[in-house]
Amino acid sequence: MKFSNVMTNAGEWLRGEGPHHQIVISSRVRLARNLKNRAFPGWAKKAERTAILELVKPRVEKLPEMQDSFSELLQDLSALDKQVLVERHLISREHAAKGAGSAVIMNRRQTLSIMINEEDHLRMQSMRSGLQLKQAFKLLDKIDTALESELEFAYDHKLGYLTACPTNVGTGMRASAMLHLPGLVLSELISQVVQAVSKIGLAVRGLYGEGTEAMGNLFQISNQTTLGEKEDEIIARLTKVIETIIDKEHDARQVLIQKKSNALSDQIGRAYGVLTYAHAMSSKEALNLLSIIKLGVDLGAFPEDKRLAVDELFIDTQPAHLQRSSQQKLNAEERDHLRAQIIRTRLKVLPKPDISKLAREAGNGSSPASTEQ
Amino acid sequence: MLCDVCKCNDATVFLTQIIEGKMQKVNLCDACSKEKGVQDPTGFALADLLLGIGAAEEIEKGGPSQHCAVCGFTQADFKKTGRLGCSTCYATFTDALTALLKAMHKGTTHVGKVPERAHRAGQLSDRMRDLNESLQKAVAEENYETAASLRDQIKQLESELAG
Repeated sequence: MKFSNVMTNAGEWLRGEGPHHQIVISSRVRLARNLKNRAFPGWAKKAERTAILELVKPRVEKLPEMQDSFSELLQDLSALDKQVLVERHLISREHAAKGAGSAVIMNRRQTLSIMINEEDHLRMQSMRSGLQLKQAFKLLDKIDTALESELEFAYDHKLGYLTACPTNVGTGMRASAMLHLPGLVLSELISQVVQAVSKIGLAVRGLYGEGTEAMGNLFQISNQTTLGEKEDEIIARLTKVIETIIDKEHDARQVLIQKKSNALSDQIGRAYGVLTYAHAMSSKEALNLLSIIKLGVDLGAFPEDKRLAVDELFIDTQPAHLQRSSQQKLNAEERDHLRAQIIRTRLKVLPKPDISKLAREAGNGSSPASTEQ
Repeated sequence: MLCDVCKCNDATVFLTQIIEGKMQKVNLCDACSKEKGVQDPTGFALADLLLGIGAAEEIEKGGPSQHCAVCGFTQADFKKTGRLGCSTCYATFTDALTALLKAMHKGTTHVGKVPERAHRAGQLSDRMRDLNESLQKAVAEENYETAASLRDQIKQLESELAG
């Protein structure tokens, strides 16, 4: 598979419709594994990294799940291509900084990606639309079992799978879900939720993981600890917490509709106005406004069949996607101009927000049915 | 907002992490983030930031001369990067790691997936332990016939383990 195919094919988890897909954008699980008696990638010399790569890569490529895969050495990818993969969460930002001795292999559907010589020798991740952590883990577990029959992984009977960073030791598993929580942000309940979640050993992060700020009301929730708890227990606990947050988000939306409908209508109207008339827009502003439009779709202010057009803009307005589609390197000002232009063009299909629909949505919640029909 | 390190340039790299309710924030300007070896915030690897406040101190407790016999990784390297050199480092730096892991994780012992290889090895070593115990008991009871048979079984198991 060629890189151009990766570009044109949006990836199943981006457009799929998994359970709770309105609020849970995607579920991801990753496993970290290392080969026994080999220096971790950050410490290994180039020759050793290359030897590890040559040992691991063909075994990953021949997995049945990796038929018709995209497999590339990091040194052969341009900076822009790497950034596109980062924006799609197919490789980490750390991996994008790697060159010789590292590789990425991903399946055609972009639901499975395996990084070789990232922080660990193997970083395998499985992605799904909506809340499907259990299913994502199941696939990875199968792949891990297949690989361990040929590769001996560093494992200690007391500490479990040994990883470069002690924060990952044990299961080597990080399960996370990307949540869209505009209701909790608009009603200023989000910091309460973040605090509560972090108190029970889970981490909340921004759009691109560790150290990134929350944009577009998107939050990543993941397990913080990897030692002393079984994989399926971690996933069950995380899933339960996410389900609670989904309920809280629905509640917050209901309260906004019932008690602050003017402010909500104003937000949606302003987002629509700016997105459809602006001529310069940063990616942060775009994400924040698109988030409000997405909320508008969820609440019925925009037709449901326009959802995909809105969702696609979340990823297509990211800096690297923008530059790759325009086939040229752009400075920040040019990007902001092009971004605004793409948004204006794509959102032509979106009719003006129908604010009266918000009231009808309120009737779908716990309150008595709306009289409006 | 100014950079926490040079205090003169505007910070452009913001790192925030919340662990168990404790928030850690570091703001850096472009120049300082590069100087600290951070082209990318996820690679920002000071032990304190990565492993929690106090981690660097904990690492130092093992004594400065420690280094890994397999990969040559030193304690200073661990303190600087917050990461280890190879899987054997876990045994080398076990003193510093024990306290760190305890503070960092839910438990101190792995209870999750066991690779098939390790599972088999575990079964064999369990059997070896049982056989050795039986052998000692047989010798103590002067039951030499049983002891001889046990010794043969141990020898066979040893060759299995070696193979």
